[in-house]
Amino acid sequence: MIPSLPQPRAYRVTYKVYVTLFFVYLIAPLLVVAVFAFNDSLFPSLPWNGFTLDWFIGREQPRLGIFYDDPLLKSISTSAWVAVWVTLLSLLVGTCNAFLFEREQFPFRNLLYMLMLTPLVIPGVILGISILIFSNSLVNGIEELFGYEMETLRPGLALVVAGQFAFITTIATLVISARLRKFDASLEEAAMNLGASKLTAVFTITIPYLSPALLGAGIVAFLMSFENFNTTLMLVGSDAPLTITMFDRLREGSTPALNAVSLLLMAASGTLALFSILVQGGKDDV
Amino acid sequence: MKSHYRIGFFLLLAPLGLWLALLVVIPHIDMLTISLRDRVAPREYVFSFVNYQEFFSEPLYWNTFVRTATMSITATVLTLLIAFPIAYYIAKVLRGRSKRLLFLMCLIPFWVSELVRTYGWMILLRETGVVSKILVWAGILDKPVEMLYNDAAIMTGLIYTSLLFMVVPLVTTLDSLDDSLIEASYDLGGNGFSTLREIVIPHAMPGIVSGSIVVFMLTLGNYLTPNLLGGKDSLWFTEQIYTQFITRFNWELGAAFGFLLLLLSSVIVFGGLKLSRQTLSEALK
Repeated sequence: MIPSLPQPRAYRVTYKVYVTLFFVYLIAPLLVVAVFAFNDSLFPSLPWNGFTLDWFIGREQPRLGIFYDDPLLKSISTSAWVAVWVTLLSLLVGTCNAFLFEREQFPFRNLLYMLMLTPLVIPGVILGISILIFSNSLVNGIEELFGYEMETLRPGLALVVAGQFAFITTIATLVISARLRKFDASLEEAAMNLGASKLTAVFTITIPYLSPALLGAGIVAFLMSFENFNTTLMLVGSDAPLTITMFDRLREGSTPALNAVSLLLMAASGTLALFSILVQGGKDDV
Repeated sequence: MKSHYRIGFFLLLAPLGLWLALLVVIPHIDMLTISLRDRVAPREYVFSFVNYQEFFSEPLYWNTFVRTATMSITATVLTLLIAFPIAYYIAKVLRGRSKRLLFLMCLIPFWVSELVRTYGWMILLRETGVVSKILVWAGILDKPVEMLYNDAAIMTGLIYTSLLFMVVPLVTTLDSLDDSLIEASYDLGGNGFSTLREIVIPHAMPGIVSGSIVVFMLTLGNYLTPNLLGGKDSLWFTEQIYTQFITRFNWELGAAFGFLLLLLSSVIVFGGLKLSRQTLSEALK
């Protein structure tokens, strides 16, 4: 069971085989996605017809590479726009929440903390429809009262940002709180003894201390937003983010151009992941 | 110092309050009220349970609901069974660099979009896919076989998506188990099986519970994997919700479905927490 105890050879070999098979299972789908991005064939399947870069740089149909596929490129920039807003908002609110729950004592604190956690337990589709229903009620209410139609609250990017923000903030709060909990509050008091105001102390001492957590939470928030599908599906309007565009194309039948997008996505998020591990791993386990 | 009368406190409370009220609490109350009304004329509604009655009287809805729940429970159990030996291997057998490396490898699927992962399974499993071609080439199959669009394919994809959420809490709890307890168990005459049952599993219980809760919830609310790997007949409850909202534009019924799914998920999550005597905040850590 542990290396210090002797075990039969058969047991150890079986265990190793199982672990190997597990990692084959883990890697296989990602590997085929990556490999078929370079297959010189109209379909992402065997046989292997040789290496090509057409699915990246092909200029016209049926071999339209992703760098010339305007709808796809547009959906990538839409996703990035949404992700930037979600990241900024959730970091801002997450930091406030962390200070609130780590520093303050107030009535209903535990109840609010439980409520703060609930977005993680609500299935994404339901979070999406509830926000859709409420925004619709709001639009109708405003229209009846003031005779003004609020277009921003119709399904569209503003609602997508709101829906993703609704649960990503919880994750940001948890990551930032964990780091704030380890902060020695006497450092802030020292700054204040030396004449800094409370706000100056927080911004010159505490926030820099939190920066690895802020960066880590920011990366996670950005990626989760970029890759979100369930909540986005219910709230999306005419401008589709990347996941929605890819989903539609997958159902129509795909060309290896989708593999090429996927490969780029994997490379980008892999780089971000490595970066966040380096940032956080070196200093602290957040 | 009475901290909760300071202006700073209210400035910190405001974002939390706005976020929870406008995006979590009120929308769900609104969803509940909409599910409890019936349209009698254009823009005229009365309070009624008719949407819930429809759910219970139409076998398709009811069966899809039960099917989604049982498939989710099965997926959770299978994920636990597959993940446990791996987590144990990482936490107790490996040391140092290889331990960190394998743990990071388990996290890979998290960094890759669910859509890409599912797409990978589609390439592997479809009739012209990699697995089928390799089996034909190896002489195991006579002709290509469609492995997509059935329950096994859905299950494969669901487990794949869930593994990480099981492995991480399991590794964390197993890591804190002292090796000497296992040695002591052997010294006292225990064997592998009894040590596992008496020492390892009780110690890992918090990890097992929190992993299972997260996996169950994510599976129950999944839309992408059943839809793409299961095809038209995947009969997943979230698809019913989507159909009512987007295709049929019957928001009242869709809201009732949403509320029922939320109820099911809460009941099972809280049942799991009560059984294992944990709280939600512990489980989500």
